[in-house]
Amino acid sequence: MTTAAAHDLLIIAGKEYSSRLIIGTGKYETYEQNAEALKASGAEIITVALRRVNLLDPDQPMLVDYIDPKDVTFLPNTAGCFTGEDAVRTLRLAREAGGWNLVKLEVLGDKTTLYPNMPETFRAAEMLIGDGFDVMVYCNDDPIAAKTLEEIGCCAIMPLGAPIGSGLGIQNPVNIRIIIENANVPVLVDAGVGTASEAAEAMELGCDGVITNTAIAEAKDPVLMASAMKHAVIAGREAYLAGRMARKMYADPSSPLGGLI
Amino acid sequence: MTISITLNGEDRSIPRPMSVAELLVAFKLEAKKIAVERNLEIVPRSAYDTVTVEDGDRLEVVRFVGGG
Repeated sequence: MTTAAAHDLLIIAGKEYSSRLIIGTGKYETYEQNAEALKASGAEIITVALRRVNLLDPDQPMLVDYIDPKDVTFLPNTAGCFTGEDAVRTLRLAREAGGWNLVKLEVLGDKTTLYPNMPETFRAAEMLIGDGFDVMVYCNDDPIAAKTLEEIGCCAIMPLGAPIGSGLGIQNPVNIRIIIENANVPVLVDAGVGTASEAAEAMELGCDGVITNTAIAEAKDPVLMASAMKHAVIAGREAYLAGRMARKMYADPSSPLGGLI
Repeated sequence: MTISITLNGEDRSIPRPMSVAELLVAFKLEAKKIAVERNLEIVPRSAYDTVTVEDGDRLEVVRFVGGG
């Protein structure tokens, strides 16, 4: 491996990670399967949600019984929040439950598309950063919105590749590339990746990382897909660092033309 | 004297005003894995013994679950 790839770390809010894959923890059949997939993925950060304790069954299995926050970074999300206030309230509780400042902000616009509500996202990001949080932010694939979020102080910009849970792949690679070119903080594609090649595509565009949940959890074999995603992200990153060949309009022989018998 | 509270959106009665720590024990909730909000204000873990749950309080007890 060349030096460039060997020392290629993802740095978010001052902390170094060797894996560029972040996985979600929703939709798995069991927490055991989730923990196995995590191991296979090599991810060092997982997204988690915050929900009410079930009062009728307080002893039901808990995520933290299977995945230890000491071993991986828990990234609490605000999934299901439709206003800035809801998001801030949720993440303050998450900070109390976990004791860390790194969070994933997502403020949704509607239940059909789960597309982000950007004005509310801007407002919530300002409130959270004012309150000392390190904010990784789910956003649309608008380069101007992404730049605004960086200027507000977000520590990572995370445009969607396609609607959450759709598995449709990177729908707007042009915009993702522009967002990456303009950014001085890590850019991660969050949402839309459906299979390994699409994770590799995001990385080849120059993304600093990929977040995926459904593509792994809803694969027929989630643990195997977690492994595939790990390799795809590494392959895509190395291809990006290596720099692809120029596209040509016609064939160009790989074997020498001279010395033919 | 029974008091009424709203706990995770449900109406509940408890026999008397009690600390958050006592309330968690009464509902068999393990304090180290959760966060508590009382009337929209976070109750820090260090204050579970000193903050009293009173009549009409709205409490939320939350934990981490799988999510994307």
